[in-house]
Amino acid sequence: MSPILVLVDHHDGAVRKATTELLTIARRLGDPVAVVIGHGAEKALETLGAYGATSVVVVDAPDIDDYLILPRAEAMVAVAEKVQPSAILLTSNAKSKEIAAHLAVKLGSGIITDAVDVQPGPDGPVTTQSVFAGNYSVQARVTTGTPIITVKPNATTPEQAPTSPSMETVSVELSDLARTVKVTERAPRGRTGRPDLNEAAVVVSGGRGTGGDFAPVEALADALGAAVGASRAAVDSGWYPHAFQIGQTGHVVSPQLYVAAGISGAIQHRAGMQTSKTIVAVNKDEEAPILQLADFAVVGDLFTVLPQAVEEIQRRQG
Amino acid sequence: MKIVVLCKYVPNATSERKFVDGDHTTDRVGVDGLLSELDEYAVEEAMKIKEAGDAQVTILTVGPAAAADAVRKALQMGADAGVHVVDDSLHGSDALATSLVLAKALEKVGEFDLVMCGMASTDGEMGVVPAMIAERLGLPHVGYLGDLTVADGTVTGRRDGDVATEHVSAPLPAVVGVTDQINEPRYPSFKGIMAAKKKPVETWSLADLGVSPDEVGLSAAWTVVGSVAKRPPRGHGEVVADAGDGGSRLVEFLASKKFV
Repeated sequence: MSPILVLVDHHDGAVRKATTELLTIARRLGDPVAVVIGHGAEKALETLGAYGATSVVVVDAPDIDDYLILPRAEAMVAVAEKVQPSAILLTSNAKSKEIAAHLAVKLGSGIITDAVDVQPGPDGPVTTQSVFAGNYSVQARVTTGTPIITVKPNATTPEQAPTSPSMETVSVELSDLARTVKVTERAPRGRTGRPDLNEAAVVVSGGRGTGGDFAPVEALADALGAAVGASRAAVDSGWYPHAFQIGQTGHVVSPQLYVAAGISGAIQHRAGMQTSKTIVAVNKDEEAPILQLADFAVVGDLFTVLPQAVEEIQRRQG
Repeated sequence: MKIVVLCKYVPNATSERKFVDGDHTTDRVGVDGLLSELDEYAVEEAMKIKEAGDAQVTILTVGPAAAADAVRKALQMGADAGVHVVDDSLHGSDALATSLVLAKALEKVGEFDLVMCGMASTDGEMGVVPAMIAERLGLPHVGYLGDLTVADGTVTGRRDGDVATEHVSAPLPAVVGVTDQINEPRYPSFKGIMAAKKKPVETWSLADLGVSPDEVGLSAAWTVVGSVAKRPPRGHGEVVADAGDGGSRLVEFLASKKFV
């Protein structure tokens, strides 16, 4: 089996769920080789082994966190030259997509971003992408170089396949250019105690209909163990932080369940949630476009419907 | 200070977007197109730098003849000049070829301090071209800036990443990308619309850039689309009017799908 490079997305060794999804996908294509850049590799090893990494490559460049994107791309090139993978998988997020872009030029390889599925094919991995606000499904593959594919979180269900990965360290000499973009301060986003929006199985979002009061939206989210999202209208009104915006210019999510409360469903918003497996809407306006998408919708006031739903969930759960 | 803003002409997201039959490329001719909304933030930010000090703002686009509309819109917002790379061979170019053409065009523009971009196009939404250009030109690149300051030969700003906020700095010349949080793009004023008519727009071909037609277009793309399928419209679900039991009925539905 040929090696498939997986860039590990982690925070001090805590591996993000999206990486376990990448490892699950990589196993379909070959032998997953996990690349860990930054501190915490030892801690990451257990999770990477649990999800089937056959080997783990740790990049040794102590000051790499002082700089932005390019050092990581240079590290990936060094690992790729050593491992000679038949494909490179990264998570579709801002940072990894930029790393992938540098890699594509450096390696002279085709790139596909935002895959929602990757399957083996006779001529290399075949990707599925959801485009034009989720209205089209596109199948594609890379024809030149080592396929570089960024995969959206929730593209698959992570499956364990325990291994005892070998571990080796690769030293990387960073170029002068890689040291030009300096990170002078880094502040992790405040923890909300709720699941990460991009990885959550359930998302409850509020829009203009909340009038700025997100309490019922948050209460339903907590009853369902969900992440909270917001429409652009709610964010632009200053009712909820931009980091939670769902839509074309915010997060594009694809959870098992999406609940839209007080959101009309403008194209801008639909682009961010249209591929959710099940959609539920609560809206006062029976003409709201979101009702066309919903598998179940209640035409009513979210300030009475949502609290009643929370009460009912709590009653059922005893 | 010289600023080049990269702009893209895209199909309007609120009208029907589609693919060209036969070659699976994005239909850019038979649809209603405009300046990518996310690029307006880059144009606006360039205008702010110009208004705060002294800057010459050039708009650069690669696209079909109709892409001149996108350049015109940016000129109406206040940019000084435009460059439009147009060539039949470009049809079907992938992100790598597009970045090659833009990098060559930037070399031909000559001296610049800042190349500014939006966070992604609103059609392909890959968000990879700015990093590719920086890689090709050997320039520093910072994307996803939610604010930025240019002073003393350095660009500094707040990068709004997925899980962290980072404060970053890079020496000029640099390629920077801005988010839709950085400003509120202006509408062109009547004066701006009139003034734009007199602003110079140059049209360059691939030959002008020294790029061979073999390096671009659909046949040179390093990816191939196997199939394109329109997603079946979502089935019309059940819609109930709240008669005092809307919340309970919602939970009944969620329970039937095993979410509760």
